[in-house]
Amino acid sequence: MAQIRQLRQQIRSVKSTAKITRAQEMIATSRIVKAQTAVAASKPYADQIVRALTALVSHNVGIDHPLLNEQPEDARTAVLIITSDRGFAGGYNANVIREAEALIAKLRAEGKRPVPYVVGNKGVTWYRFRNREIGAQWTGFSDRPSFPDAEGIGRRLAADFLKTDAEGGVGEIHVVYTEFVSMLTQAVQVRRLIPLEIEDTTATDGGTPPAYEFEPTAGDVLDLLLPNYIESRIFHMMLQSAASEHAARRRAMKSATDNANELIGVYTRQMNQVRQAAITQEISEIVGGADALADSGGE
Amino acid sequence: MATLKVGLVSPEREVWSGEAKMVVAQTIEGQLGIMPGHAPVLGVLLDGSVVKIEPADGGEWISAMVGSGFFSIADNEVSVLAEQAELGSEVDVADARRALDEALTAAGADQDTTAERRARARLRAAGSEA
Repeated sequence: MAQIRQLRQQIRSVKSTAKITRAQEMIATSRIVKAQTAVAASKPYADQIVRALTALVSHNVGIDHPLLNEQPEDARTAVLIITSDRGFAGGYNANVIREAEALIAKLRAEGKRPVPYVVGNKGVTWYRFRNREIGAQWTGFSDRPSFPDAEGIGRRLAADFLKTDAEGGVGEIHVVYTEFVSMLTQAVQVRRLIPLEIEDTTATDGGTPPAYEFEPTAGDVLDLLLPNYIESRIFHMMLQSAASEHAARRRAMKSATDNANELIGVYTRQMNQVRQAAITQEISEIVGGADALADSGGE
Repeated sequence: MATLKVGLVSPEREVWSGEAKMVVAQTIEGQLGIMPGHAPVLGVLLDGSVVKIEPADGGEWISAMVGSGFFSIADNEVSVLAEQAELGSEVDVADARRALDEALTAAGADQDTTAERRARARLRAAGSEA
């Protein structure tokens, strides 16, 4: 009998776990849609900014801006790693960190000194636990980033890039984030952010951009445009990562729920078996007892 | 008559888009009225200013507050890109007034801060005097 009680308890506990994971799965599903909407909503701005920048660069050959220059003398290199604040997302953070570590090892082999700049609690904990230097950290918004968050990160990175090595500046900035390909596929991406490589869109646009006049001057426009471009890129990467995080969490929670339901099935069958055995035994005991009585009474 | 295709976008969303007869924007150097057939321009917006749009369907002028950003004009297409953008009709006047008061007390009355300019622009866009 003790075994039945034990099994019943186990079933109850697995059931409540399944309830939690199921709720998590449903929350993540609804957030994926929201995150995707945010990605779509940020697209017009990103497209426009790339167009304007392409126009500016194509008409001003030999354009010069500190953010476009290589700084080979600075060995420190920033690696911006976008992770999530919360766990329960399957391999999401592990994948990002593995890719980031591979990049860091590669940079180190090239004679640079990579420093992680970490977004998200999970990444921060990972690096802090290993007592590694962290250049800067941001937490609290990984599942729904807003533009001011990206702006803060962008400003900090640009400022560090403009500093020299001795002042704690960096010579290059790389980003590791997760691209949301589909509900089922998310791919970790590694990109170099600064010095900028402006992605050429003229090939898809067709035709050359018009000859712009600049208000007040091309230099002023560039001064504003470049940081905005960086911030918009970071924002895009954060939104992609947020969508990926929710998708990864949804999948992890779905398989957790499935496993829990399977376990409940196994336990229930076990419990029934035990109960049945107990009943059979009781019956045979009663029958045996009755027989014995009848035998003795008949004499 | 030709019309302008206008898009007012912030990083988080498209604030307004549609056809317009005229767009008035403020640059660092002064006000700029844009009508169809304007030469291509890439300009910097004054941080904390108001962009006005006259819709092509003859409706009322649309005002929007813009924070740091820029605009581009090409082929009768006007794109206004601002880090903060808010339509006048969406502005919470009480909230904007509070922001203005905070900005004033934080910086002292005689200093021209970005926060103050933005709060004033929000109020102007909403059509209430600052």
